[in-house]
This record gives sequence, C-alpha cells and structure tokens, in this order.
Amino acid sequence: MTAAEPKVTLELALAHGLTAEEYDRIIRRLGREPTFTELGLFSSLWSEHCAYKHSRVFLRGLPTRAPHVLQGPGENAGIVDLGGDLALTFKIESHNHPSFIEPFQGAATGVGGILRDIFTMGARPIAVLDSLRFGDPADPRTRRLIEGVVSGIGWYGNCFGVPNLGGEVAFAPEYAGNPLVNAMAVGLVRKQGIFRARADGVGNPVFYVGAKTGRDGIHGATMASATFDETAEERRPTVQVGDPFTEKLLLEACLEAMATGAIVGIQDMGAAGLACACSEMPARSGTGMEIEASRVPQREAGMTPYEIMLSESQERMLLVAARGREEDVRRVFAKWELDAVPIGTVTDDGLLRVRFHGEVVAEVPVKALADEAPVYEKPTARPVWQDALEAFDPLSLPAPPDAGDALLALLESPAIASKEWVYRQYDQQVGTNSLVLPGSDAGVLRIKGTRIGVAVTTDCNARFVYLDPRAGAAMAVAEAARNLSVSGARPLGLTDCLNFGSPERPEILWQFKEAVAGLTEACRALEIPVVGGNVSFYNETLGQAILPTPIVGMAGILDDVEARCTQWFAAPGDRIALLGPDTVSLGGSELLWVRHRKVAGRLAPLDLQVERAVQEACRAAIGARLVASAHDCAEGGLAVALAEACVSGPRRQGAEVELGPSAARLDLTLFGEGPSRVVVSVKAEGVRHFEQLMSEFRVPWRWIGRVGGERLIMKAGGASVVDLDLDRIASAWRGGFERYVS
Amino acid sequence: MNFGVVIFPGTWSDCDFHYVISEVLHQPVRYVWHRDANLADFDCLILPGGFSYGDYLRAGAVAGRSPVVEALPEFTARGGLVLGSCNGFQILCEAKLLPGALMRNECLQYRCQSTHLLVENADTPFTRAMRHGQVLKMPISHGEGKYYADAETLRRLRAKNQIVFRYCTEDGRVAKEANPNGSIDNIAGVINEEGTVLGLMPHPERAAEAAVGGTDGTLILHSILGTLVEDGSFLKR
Repeated sequence: MTAAEPKVTLELALAHGLTAEEYDRIIRRLGREPTFTELGLFSSLWSEHCAYKHSRVFLRGLPTRAPHVLQGPGENAGIVDLGGDLALTFKIESHNHPSFIEPFQGAATGVGGILRDIFTMGARPIAVLDSLRFGDPADPRTRRLIEGVVSGIGWYGNCFGVPNLGGEVAFAPEYAGNPLVNAMAVGLVRKQGIFRARADGVGNPVFYVGAKTGRDGIHGATMASATFDETAEERRPTVQVGDPFTEKLLLEACLEAMATGAIVGIQDMGAAGLACACSEMPARSGTGMEIEASRVPQREAGMTPYEIMLSESQERMLLVAARGREEDVRRVFAKWELDAVPIGTVTDDGLLRVRFHGEVVAEVPVKALADEAPVYEKPTARPVWQDALEAFDPLSLPAPPDAGDALLALLESPAIASKEWVYRQYDQQVGTNSLVLPGSDAGVLRIKGTRIGVAVTTDCNARFVYLDPRAGAAMAVAEAARNLSVSGARPLGLTDCLNFGSPERPEILWQFKEAVAGLTEACRALEIPVVGGNVSFYNETLGQAILPTPIVGMAGILDDVEARCTQWFAAPGDRIALLGPDTVSLGGSELLWVRHRKVAGRLAPLDLQVERAVQEACRAAIGARLVASAHDCAEGGLAVALAEACVSGPRRQGAEVELGPSAARLDLTLFGEGPSRVVVSVKAEGVRHFEQLMSEFRVPWRWIGRVGGERLIMKAGGASVVDLDLDRIASAWRGGFERYVS
Repeated sequence: MNFGVVIFPGTWSDCDFHYVISEVLHQPVRYVWHRDANLADFDCLILPGGFSYGDYLRAGAVAGRSPVVEALPEFTARGGLVLGSCNGFQILCEAKLLPGALMRNECLQYRCQSTHLLVENADTPFTRAMRHGQVLKMPISHGEGKYYADAETLRRLRAKNQIVFRYCTEDGRVAKEANPNGSIDNIAGVINEEGTVLGLMPHPERAAEAAVGGTDGTLILHSILGTLVEDGSFLKR
C-alpha cells in the first residue's frame, strides 16, 4: 500500500456502498484487510450493477438455449445464427442514472457503451434502438430531459455512423425523477470472426487500447446501484463524457486488428472500467492477470492506481493479443491514431495483481471479484396496492360522449402520437440497409449479399406490468414478437433491460420476481431464447419508484426480405381483417389515462397459444405476399391501430370498417386494449388464400372492412360511430408529440 | 473509369458509395486513405459523408487540410472530377475548393429526412444525365448543412450558373417549407467555376436502389460515367 492511500476501515467500506457483512466476507476471503485499491475493486465488482446480487436467483429460470443460439448471457452480447456463415449479435443496456444527472452526455455514453459491447464480439454495428421513459410531458423539466437525451443519442450514433431503427417513448409521472434511457445495439458478424472476452494463453500480452484514462466516471457502477435524493445534481462528475469520433476509430481499429489474427480476446471497459475487464476476462478463462497501472495512458496528472482502475472513461478496450504478434496490434492502432499500450500479461496464478511503479497495490483472486459476489434472495411481498388496482372497474366511469373526439384525443396523446420529432434527429439510413425506417412496428434491414433481412424492435407497456407484473411482462414479450411477426420476421432471440425500483423493498422485488416469471413463461411458450440483458435496480428518487419496466428488445429474421410488411394501408380496395381475440380491457388503457389520469383495472387475458397462432398466421400470409399491411393493436386499441394505418404511411388511405353488433360498450370495443390483435389489409387477389391460411392456423379472425376514400369511418351494427376526415386524424397524430417539445 | 472513395478518420458513407459504384453500377472503385496524395490511378474521387475528425473544430475543417485534399487542385487540373457529399461538401468548402460555407441547421437540430432537389444546371459533368428543372428525391442526414454565401459570391454563383441543386417541394416549387436546414436561396449543391468539383449536402448513395430511397442518386454517377466515356483524351491519359 502506498503511503498516500487512506487506511481501509469498515466506515470506508460502508462509504463505498458495501455492507458490513460484505466487508467481512472480503476480509475472510483475502485473509487480511484489503488495500485501498482492493477495496475499490471489490466495491465496483460487487456493486449491484456489476454483480446482479439481488436479481441473479430470479433470472436462473429464463430460457437461454436454442439450437440457433451461438452465445447466451454472460458475454458482452448474445449471438444468434442467421444461417450460412452469418450471425447477429445484440444487447440492450440502461443508462438511466447518468441521463437524469446530465441528459445529453448520459444518453450519448449509453449509446457508446452498448455499441462497444457489440463490436467487441467482432461484429460491425448495423442498428441502434432507444427505449425512453419520461415524466409528465407538460412539465418543462421533462422537455429539457427529452431534448437532452434525444440530442445526445443522436449526436453519438450519427457521428459514429450507425442507423437508428426504432425504439419507443412513453410517459408516466413515476419517471419524473428517474427517466429511463435504454439503448439497444445490433451487429453483424461472421461466425468464424466471433471474439469473446477471454484472457487465454499464459504469457500473452494485455493491451490497453483507445482513449486515455481520466478521472471521469469513477464509481459510476456504484452510483447506478443507489437510489437518488435531492443531491443527485451533485453527482454530475460521475457521468462520463462521450467521444463518438474516437469510438468510430476504435471500431475500425478493433475490426482491423481482429482480422489480422493477432487478437485472442477483448472486452469493453464499461462499468467499473479496468477493474471489471482485468478480473472478468481471466475469470472466464481460469487464468490470472498482472498489470502495471502506471503504464495506462492517462489524460490527467497524478492519478492513483485506485482512480486508474475505477475510471469509467469512455471509448477504451482491454485486449489480449497472441504473444509475438504485438507489432500487428501496434501497427493497426497507430494507423487509426489510437493508443495501444501493453500494460500487463496473462498469468497462471488466478490472481489480479496490480502494480504501480513496480509496487503491488492489489493482489486479489480474479474469481473473488468476478464470480463470488454475494447472491441475495431478499424477501418479496405482494404490494398492498395491488388489490385496489385490480378491483377497479374502468366501466364504472362514463363512456366518452363522442367516440371521434376520443379517438382524436388519443392520437394526439404524446404516448401514441408520431415520434417523428425524435427520429428525424437520428440518422436512419447510413449503411444503406434500412428497408423499413422508424415509424412502423419494427425496423427492417437487409443483409447485403443475401436474401435475408433482420427486424428489430423494443417494447414494454409498463402500465400493464404495474397492474399485473407477471402478465404485463409476458405481454411485453408477446408484443415485441408480434411487432416482428407483422413485419414478416420470425423472432430469434431477445435481450431484456429490467428497470425497477429498489430491490431492498419487498414490494419492488415482488414486482421483479413476478415480471421475470412472466418473461420466462412467454419466452418458453413462444420459444424465444433470452441471449443477454441488463438489470437496472434503484430507479427511485426520494422513495418514488418508477413503474416496473422490463423493456424487451428483440431481433428476428426474414428468410426473404422482399416479403416484408409495413403498418400502413397501401391501396384502395384492399380488404381489412382483424386477427386475434375480441377480449379487450380498458384496464391500464391509454383511454383511461387520457380521460381520467388513472392507471388501474384488470388486463385482458393473454393466451400464449393464441398469440403464437396469430403470429405464425401473420408471417405465413406475409411470406405468401398476400398482405399489403399489418399493424399490431397496442395503446389505444383497434381504433388507434386503424387510424395509424390510415395516416402513418407515405400515402394516406381512408378506410371503412364495420365493427359488428356488440353487447359491449362502444368505448371498450374501440379503445379497449388486449394482446394478440393485428389489423391486416389483404390484396384482392390474395383474399381466398388468406382465408385458407387463417383457418389452417386456427386463428380467431374476421373481415372488418375495406381500404379507400378520404375518411376513416367506423360503424357498429350499421350505425356510424366514428367518421373523421384524414386531415384531422393526421394533424392530431403528427402534432401531438411535437407540441410538448417545440 | 476508376473511382476512388476517400476515407478520413470518421468517414462513414465510404462503404455505401463503394457498394453503389461496385455492386449497383459495376464500375471499378478503390478506397483512398486520407494521407495518400498519389491520385494518378483515379478519374473521379468521392469525398463521402461522415464526421471527419469528429467535426469537433468545424465540420470538415481538419480534413480540409489533409494530404489528399491538398492534392485535389492538381487532380482536377488534369481532368479529374471530385464529388463531395454531406461531410465531403463541408470539406470542399473548408478547403476553398468550393465557394461558401456550411453552418449549423437553422432548426439547431440534426435532420435525417427525405428531400426533393430541383436541377438548376443540367450542363455539368455531374448532371448531364438529368434535365433542367427535373425534381430528384434524395435524403439528407446532417446537423450543419445550412449553406451560406455572401451577396457578392451569390451573385457570381448565379452569373456563372454554379448553383446546381436547390431544395424544392415534391412538385418542384422552391419554397421555404421545402428547405430542411435554412440554406440561403434553398441551395443544396454547388459546382466550382471550372465544372470539376461538385458538392451537395444530400446523399446520392442513399438513393441508388429502388428498395432503399429510390434511384435518383445514380443520375449523378451516370452523368459522371457518361462524361468520362465521351471524353476520350481523359480516358486514354
């Protein structure tokens, strides 16, 4: 221990976010008190953010295997097989806390971090998506957050050169003090070119590459593992500053270095920086690592080994090269004007040994850091509020006096309205593979040189999860899969970003446990493996937890990308069908929120077998090129889905539908929400074949109308209930979001 | 007919141009590293979009002083053509190979969207496959694309017919609502006096196939190819 370092005490350990028990455990494991640097290593690696202490026991049941899964959870990102020699890698991650403290840089570095996870696997990033949650849109603070977050995401992705292919923006007061910024990245990799975060080969050199290390972001992982109070603003120095230009150089240099064959393993330095990479890589390989911290390129003077190990400076990687190939690594990184400095070697003793100017400042078993963090199974308790939520009957409130006005109010609700204001700030086309841009149910990319395509989406209706965490989370999986299916893609795998409040509160942990159970059920029934993800706990400010928000990111394949589908009506005369069950509910609906500012009631039931049949039928009909459009019924129910299908495309199309005589209240029929429902329009020549397919797949469905005209007309039992000009629909839907942000 | 696609640190439309030239138009094309000032093998150089050097100083400012850009006057003097799109246009302005400057979009936000361009001069090596007054559809993707030139420069640009493309509505009206970034006079692309260097903010390489953004962008490349095929002395050099 160097003279300048503070003496390690229990108090200091507590100040690092460790508990007394955890500190005791460290002393027992080491057989001595840790040095100051070692305390820093443990506090970061054993933080909730890095170690999943509270979530691990619940996540064990998630299905992670399938024949086409090439890499499941536990690496920088998961990988699925695309056939031939191609594979797709993708992952989603949160950057919630930094984005609240400093929206622009917090969101930007969230994109940067997830992109590095993708290209460390050897992949070239081909898309990013972003899933955002904010407080009341009318609050000026929300506006400031949205502007900062969106411009930060745009700045990083645009400069780096990756298209933004989708995402969502939703609002609830619970996010006011704790917005969510989840970023997903997708990459394309050749199977023989996959790299992993391993430190194999005793004696191999360990290289530090990329940007220099500063004092930024020290203890970011620890910050992400605590709730906020009114001093959150004071934590701004823990937010890192992004440099997308350096990241772009790092991408090109890494891929070029990988192609030389000189690289053995590589890991991004994200949360907990060098500390994490230097322990996780050897832990995966059963090796050890010795590094000389003073050799790490630094951009500030006088940094201590503690600071060097814990810095979360961006755009850095740790790579293990093959001994004797050092010059190949140096040459490539020099071409791209980046540092590539050998800072250590792979050892056989299972220890992470950190030297500083020769003196050993830390010597810890890598497994103790990477694998032996305590695992907690804390108590869960069904919240007392659940009963009242379930007991509420939305139909006890009066129906809206005019269905057309209610539809317009829903369309201009910022949750439903067009998000063009957001995505027009993002490059959506670089790479020239984007066949379906943001604004349909899923983004679709072609893969050059093949016939296949890839579809991507992120989804979660957090109100549903709040009302019924198990069913709501299952519905998030179902909806993501449905959004891929209506685009013509077969889901291959999912990545989840589980955003919750403090797991130390039994009610929150119950929400988490139930939600994971719901994800598990849906993934099993729909046979979609989980290939990676992220848990973000402690999303609370002053005791106010966010709505439980398990964001589902999903990727799927189109065997023939020419057979793809978009959500908007295409041509007059096409017939309109509604697929799926008629069971819907106003519980947790957008109508209930828009009219009554209420989130309560029961959800419509989710039948996963029906869901599966609807999706398979959709894909079959799209694959047979019978379908001109297909759109998932989500927030706002059938009426909103129809209105969006009329006005969201390049050419507006009117429609006339007959909802049929129904005993149900009209607002339930029009605006009720429920899973497994899809509005499709079918070309005249495909009608017969379509009918055959639907009965083959035993899907509940019916014809409801026809595309055409300049109005959206809905009738119930012959009586007109909605009759709106497309201009009114379009202006409500197009302007609803923008009026809050400009 | 040999195309070169220049890569600066931070360029990202390089692969897209390379793909269009080699896979859509089936023409020979190679990448050119920004330090490479030997351009003897090329007939047309493309400066693609991206954020060269992060655009941290001013968009295109650092790249505008790189060896490859410094070699461009000699390259064009012996008949070579230079096309700069997006960041490439910014670089050409920074290097004073084109008049005017590109400033931050008037809306102060990045814009990625479809635009329409009115062909104002179909009598250049880059536009001769087009008609005067033709409307092209091409996307933009930039944060600093507001073209500016002082009154005297504008007067000269008009006098010498150097304004090649202007943002317009789908039906060809040059109107404020069709101007995505606040460019003066809706200017989207200009050419140098000699007719050898064209810069435009939109992305022709993103409008080169029916499935992705239409095919209007290829008209620029077809024009270039037509020129060079006709001009035997240039080809035989």
